[in-house]
Amino acid sequence: MEILSKVHAKNLVEWAKNRPEVIVLSADLTASTEIDLFRDTYPERFFSMGIAEQNMMSFAGGMAREGFYPFVHTFAVFLYRRAYDQIAMSVAYPNLPVRMFGFLPGIMTPGGATHQAIEDISVMRSLPNMTILECGDATDVMSVLDVAHTVKGPVYIRMLRGEIPRIFNTPMILNQSRTISTGNDITVLSGGICTEEAMRATEALKKQGLSIQHMHISTLKPWNDLSVLEAINSAKYGVITMENHSITGGLGTIIAEKIAEYGLGKKLLKLGLKDTFAHGASKAYLMKEYEIDAMSLIKAVEKMMNISLKITEEELGKIYLAPVHSKAKAEAL
Amino acid sequence: MNIFENRCAIHPRPQGDEVFWHSSIKRAARGIRCRVLEHTIKNNGGYLSQACSSAEIFASLYLKVMRLGSVPSPITPSSFPGVPGPHNSGYFTGADYNGPKDKDLDRFFLSPSQYSLVLYATLIETGRMDPDGLEDFNKNGSVVEMIGAEHSPGMEVMSGSLGQGISQAAGIAMARKLHGETGRIFIFMSDGEFQIGQVWEAIQTISFYKLLNIIIYVDINGFQCDGKMTDVMNIEPLEKRLEAFGMRVYRIDGHNIEALVSYGEIPSDGRATVILCDTCPWKDIPLLKSRYPKFHYLRFNTEEERERYREFLSQTNGNTIKSSRKKPCRMGKKQA
Repeated sequence: MEILSKVHAKNLVEWAKNRPEVIVLSADLTASTEIDLFRDTYPERFFSMGIAEQNMMSFAGGMAREGFYPFVHTFAVFLYRRAYDQIAMSVAYPNLPVRMFGFLPGIMTPGGATHQAIEDISVMRSLPNMTILECGDATDVMSVLDVAHTVKGPVYIRMLRGEIPRIFNTPMILNQSRTISTGNDITVLSGGICTEEAMRATEALKKQGLSIQHMHISTLKPWNDLSVLEAINSAKYGVITMENHSITGGLGTIIAEKIAEYGLGKKLLKLGLKDTFAHGASKAYLMKEYEIDAMSLIKAVEKMMNISLKITEEELGKIYLAPVHSKAKAEAL
Repeated sequence: MNIFENRCAIHPRPQGDEVFWHSSIKRAARGIRCRVLEHTIKNNGGYLSQACSSAEIFASLYLKVMRLGSVPSPITPSSFPGVPGPHNSGYFTGADYNGPKDKDLDRFFLSPSQYSLVLYATLIETGRMDPDGLEDFNKNGSVVEMIGAEHSPGMEVMSGSLGQGISQAAGIAMARKLHGETGRIFIFMSDGEFQIGQVWEAIQTISFYKLLNIIIYVDINGFQCDGKMTDVMNIEPLEKRLEAFGMRVYRIDGHNIEALVSYGEIPSDGRATVILCDTCPWKDIPLLKSRYPKFHYLRFNTEEERERYREFLSQTNGNTIKSSRKKPCRMGKKQA
């Protein structure tokens, strides 16, 4: 699998080249959110706002009212937890084109509970006018800017940084899932970093003769993807969702709502943080601990089909693990 | 002199004659208090102390300090256009009441929306809103909301959640600076807002980015919902705190029209300006003093109390009606 480094940093500079109305706001995490190259290339369009996210969000709303496209960058937690009222009233209510880049979604950081955005989809999804996108690979990171730019109102993006694998050859498109494998025993719906993880498991499951439909979900709101509904409907045993987020209010909840709304009557297993906070440890360790790793997906399939597959860790495809300390990141967070 | 003399007449924007603008502001300030008092009696509740404390500030800003586009004739409020969103093409803000936008014209931002009633009264007194518009106050389906939103007359951002107004206005000030516009940003704030962390985040940003196109007027009436500010959470010495944050600060008598006007006209010295206006929350309506220390919202405790305010208003009514030219406000019924 191809691994790319600092994808957003380079892509944003290129993308914003002929878009002078695009400005970047930073809350003291400039290198950590890969906007240092933008700052150095277009210093007149870069605004350091300090560790003051509430003012930053309302300020961004003000600039957006005057024709700018503020691209706000910080860790996801500091956007929606610290400045929720400001996002709601200064940005979401007036439906302004502020782009919020939330880094380190879910358990991607050893920074612990204070740094882990585990309920951001749930919280942001409740906000009227909000669009929510999630990146799962380098192609997503590169194409998410185009997708966001088609949206007139605010967009919240669960962003990736550092060294990122390339899974997809086709760009992210609003409200269009991408099918990784087709089948009709079980439909697996994954988003963000869980897609790569799920791919390890689906390969092993296919070797065992199971028919797995695996789809990558990058638009979480608005949610209007008929191909996913069809895939749910044709799954013999049921649906498994897998997300780097709480099972309350995220992808699993969205799918549960759709199954009920459309009367699809399918069983649903939700993999994600089970109504719990997490703690500081490596991504691989936390994915295993909170059961959003490949082996947890195998177990969920076994449970749903009431079978025993006896698949070992060794059989699961080797997944790329980015080192915690790397030149692709400003700090070990 | 009785405060209700010449009350509620519609006053045209002064044309540069010093004596004329001074008396215009004075009359408009009385009219603002009068309209809010009448409204409070009629509805058995209202933000009366805010009118008492800030009437001269609003009148000075609208009649002399700010360069706003003119409104050809007083605007009659439309009904609520629905919330903004991808499917609402008929949405509007209340900025039209402040005249057309232009690069060299000023913009006004009401930060504490709890002062909306005072702003509406100001718009009427300055010929920007039809006096009948106040009849829509807090009525279902009306934009003349109790805690105004961005669709309410005279408003263009969401500022009811205190502390967000200054940050949004600062973003607009930055954008206007980048666009090379010369119009200024006037922000009306209340003293209670300076208890909020976000306000200080905004002040440090205004100072750091030298947003000299911002001028902030603060109504320091010293009281908030729970009572006296120094008992609830002290913000003083506010001028020293603001100066330490890099602002140019003037502290003036907020009922002194000459001071309100002249300090707003001093060119910037390289810092953005804050004008702290010390005011009295029962100014010109001494009855209100008995509510000490809670002035945030006046609801009459008894019918007798309401009657005392009604008498206070009617005692002045005769003088007023004689001298009013158009649409005088009159307790209890609409004037044709």
